[in-house]
Amino acid sequence: MNLFMTLLLALGFFLPQQAQQQDDIARQGTYAITNARIETVANGTIERGTVVIEGDRIIAVGENVIIPESARVIDGSGLHVYPGMIDSGTSLGLTEVGSVAETNDTNEIGDITPHMNALTAVNPNSVAIPVTRVSGVTTVIAEPSGGLLPGTAAMINLFGYTAEQMTAGANSVIVQFPQEPSGDRPWWGQTGPDRRKERYRNNMAKLNEVFDRAVLYDRIVTAYEADPSGKERPVYAPEMDALRPVLSGDISLMVKVNAADDILKALTWVQDRELPNVVFSGVNEGWRVADQLAEAGFPALVGPVLATPTRSSDRYDRAYANAGLLSEAGVTVALRSGESKNVRNLPFNAGFAATYGMGKEAALRAVTLGPAEIFGIDSDYGSIEVGKKANLFVSNGDPFETSTDILALFIDGFNVPIESRHLDLYEEFLNRDAGRLQPIEILPADN
Amino acid sequence: MNKTIRFFLIALLAVGFLTPDAIAQDVLIRNATVLTVTNGTLEDTDVLITDGIIAEIGTDLRAPRGISEFDASGKFVMPGIIDAHAHIALSSVNESTSPVTAEVSMEDVTNPYSLGIYRASAGGVTVSHIMHGSANIIGGQNETIKHRWGATNPDDIRLEGAPRTIKFALGENPTRVHGRRASGGSGAIVPATRMGVEQVLHSAFENGKRYMEAWNAYNAEAATNPRAIPPVWNERLEVMADILRGEILVHCHSYRADEIVMLTRVLGDYGVDRITFQHANEAFKVAPELAEFGAHASVFADWWSYKFEVYYSTSYNAAILMRNGVLTSINSDSAELNRHLYHEAAKSQRYGDLTDDEALSMITINPAIQLGIQDRVGSIEIGKDGDIAVFDSHPLSIYTIPVLTFVDGVKIFDRENDMDDMRVDINPTAEVGEYEGQITGHDHMHSNEEVADAMSFFESVAKIDFDGHDQHNH
Repeated sequence: MNLFMTLLLALGFFLPQQAQQQDDIARQGTYAITNARIETVANGTIERGTVVIEGDRIIAVGENVIIPESARVIDGSGLHVYPGMIDSGTSLGLTEVGSVAETNDTNEIGDITPHMNALTAVNPNSVAIPVTRVSGVTTVIAEPSGGLLPGTAAMINLFGYTAEQMTAGANSVIVQFPQEPSGDRPWWGQTGPDRRKERYRNNMAKLNEVFDRAVLYDRIVTAYEADPSGKERPVYAPEMDALRPVLSGDISLMVKVNAADDILKALTWVQDRELPNVVFSGVNEGWRVADQLAEAGFPALVGPVLATPTRSSDRYDRAYANAGLLSEAGVTVALRSGESKNVRNLPFNAGFAATYGMGKEAALRAVTLGPAEIFGIDSDYGSIEVGKKANLFVSNGDPFETSTDILALFIDGFNVPIESRHLDLYEEFLNRDAGRLQPIEILPADN
Repeated sequence: MNKTIRFFLIALLAVGFLTPDAIAQDVLIRNATVLTVTNGTLEDTDVLITDGIIAEIGTDLRAPRGISEFDASGKFVMPGIIDAHAHIALSSVNESTSPVTAEVSMEDVTNPYSLGIYRASAGGVTVSHIMHGSANIIGGQNETIKHRWGATNPDDIRLEGAPRTIKFALGENPTRVHGRRASGGSGAIVPATRMGVEQVLHSAFENGKRYMEAWNAYNAEAATNPRAIPPVWNERLEVMADILRGEILVHCHSYRADEIVMLTRVLGDYGVDRITFQHANEAFKVAPELAEFGAHASVFADWWSYKFEVYYSTSYNAAILMRNGVLTSINSDSAELNRHLYHEAAKSQRYGDLTDDEALSMITINPAIQLGIQDRVGSIEIGKDGDIAVFDSHPLSIYTIPVLTFVDGVKIFDRENDMDDMRVDINPTAEVGEYEGQITGHDHMHSNEEVADAMSFFESVAKIDFDGHDQHNH
């Protein structure tokens, strides 16, 4: 049993109506969090209310709700309930130890690999997953990376024993939009043609070719599917197959782009191609072209917020302020940490965005209902409303504040223990028995 | 005009062409909530800095004639933040050619024009310990700098009188750089293992000790025998001898508990008793042993898992160390993190419930002690340097904003007058005079003539690449 649970039990935090030992295994059931300040995000704040969870869903929210007799009651007096936070850009679950290649599954061979599914490679047992969710982040987009079309990102919930149990029902095909090299000078000492520019032109040509082919492939396959008679079956091209739902708009295309000029080029590119479902990701220099982004109407997954400005001449706080400036211009913004093992810093990224212009309410929305809407999963996620999945947490304060503790956590209705390796090590070593302490002997130097 | 010159100008404009000595180092900060760190929190208090030194702390202080006053009502004042592990303001970091390169020094590669100095100042940081990298077991000597943004001479940003320090490194970095050089091929040399690391350390200390003894013997003999023959001078061994003499403080990049204990044993063997373990992700596992040795730790708030030796670490490291009596600081090792060390320190309240003063001590007085500069900086006390950071709300809140930073009583950062675009020549083909509007918003105003003088001067200066050197090796 961890420290928090010990503390909570000592405080009478859990008052199960049927005397029941709180165990360390996440279980679904009927739960009622009573007398808490509920930040619904969708419908304002309920100063003193109850949330009832049954199975994987929220079945009641409000000031006066009937608590089922079978419910385990969590006394939320003085506590807060928030929807689980959603990080709109991570590599969580795809990478375990940064420098150990064998533990990294983000980057498949090849430039054009949209058929590589992040969900396939997410490790449900990654040590980083519990470390993340105990911060109140319940859902993340796990992104493949590398190449022009690195793969299909997956929205996952941070509890489950298989990938299928973790999926939150949204995917997005990533395009790493080519970055045009800036400046007219090649790298120091380089002579001859500027290879960076050559590579850029090649990448743009390749990207266009891929999408031209995808359109053609889609037409051929669609025609064949409509009426196969007398037609030769088209050769299976998995990378083309993966782009068909992008062309139809069933799956979004996540355009990763950062520099201002590249953002404008990418806007023109997706508009020219009439791609129906597009989100922008990263957009570090979005503030420079905020009006154009807003006018185009595409949502933006912005971040990391805790970053240095892209240019030396930029105001020191541009990265902090970017999300707020975009939001102010009218862009629909969700936040991303861009992290792998420190996705737990999402609330702090949101806190900085809030502080540097976005405001608390908009920042909270940008890590809850905002991304749920962008990815079309807002009927299940992003707010505390009847009928939605029970993805929420109980805290003793504002979750963006570092002094706040997350006290209880529900994902898909599972009451997930507040446990992680980081907490385990804390418990083991805070008051370690120092009885085996040996004084350092000063030995002769040649010993 | 190239980028190089722009940055010279930015540097100059920040403090108005003047060397720090020539700037008024007097300021009176009024009505602040003063977080002294060493003496509690003082409400509605004034802090007077004269000649760059904190002269008075109290209420309703009398303002010396002509002093600039700042009304900090509703604001929080804390000691300038100290980053015990940074790589800003350096034009190179790693002399990775040998496992022992004690002779090299960051003194020779300190770059006062580094934008990292300004950006760190914008996060309330006034002192940085700029370190050699972690490629070598005994890497090189570090520098403790003050963020005197605008200084043009590297010597002007050194914290004068700060003790010498040296960077050591254990574990994966030196074994990878040396032991797996050329993919473990013919270029590889010891150490490839943590066994090798220990032996390299032992040899370096033993050779240093013998060198020192040889000089001691020579000096003794030379007193009576003018024909005594001195040992061959060796700069590397000189530095090792200075460590043994206690003249250089050791700061060791380290991660695993076993290697941390190993170094305390080696140091113990040679009578070296002052050590700060940098990063030290697993220091919490041997906290009682470190407390017993008197070792210090300078750690990340939450970095882990970027390499295998930090996989079994915890964000509660700082709290466990503090609670076990190990003097601990939180450092950045990053040009990004060092802009919000106040936030990194605040994480110790989520991860271990440290008090406000404990959290703040980890970015002020504790790193000052680790660098041996606690008599100068690290708290708000009369007689200490006028290094002050002003925040618009409590610095441990996520919603705080650093608004003013003073170094030696000189305003280095002022959020209100911070420019949207820090270039002087936004249009590189325009005449200088067109930019007057760009700089009048700044604290120090300049005539066109001054700007023109500066530009013509710096156009003649050798091209230096200021960007891209804030690299770090974790």
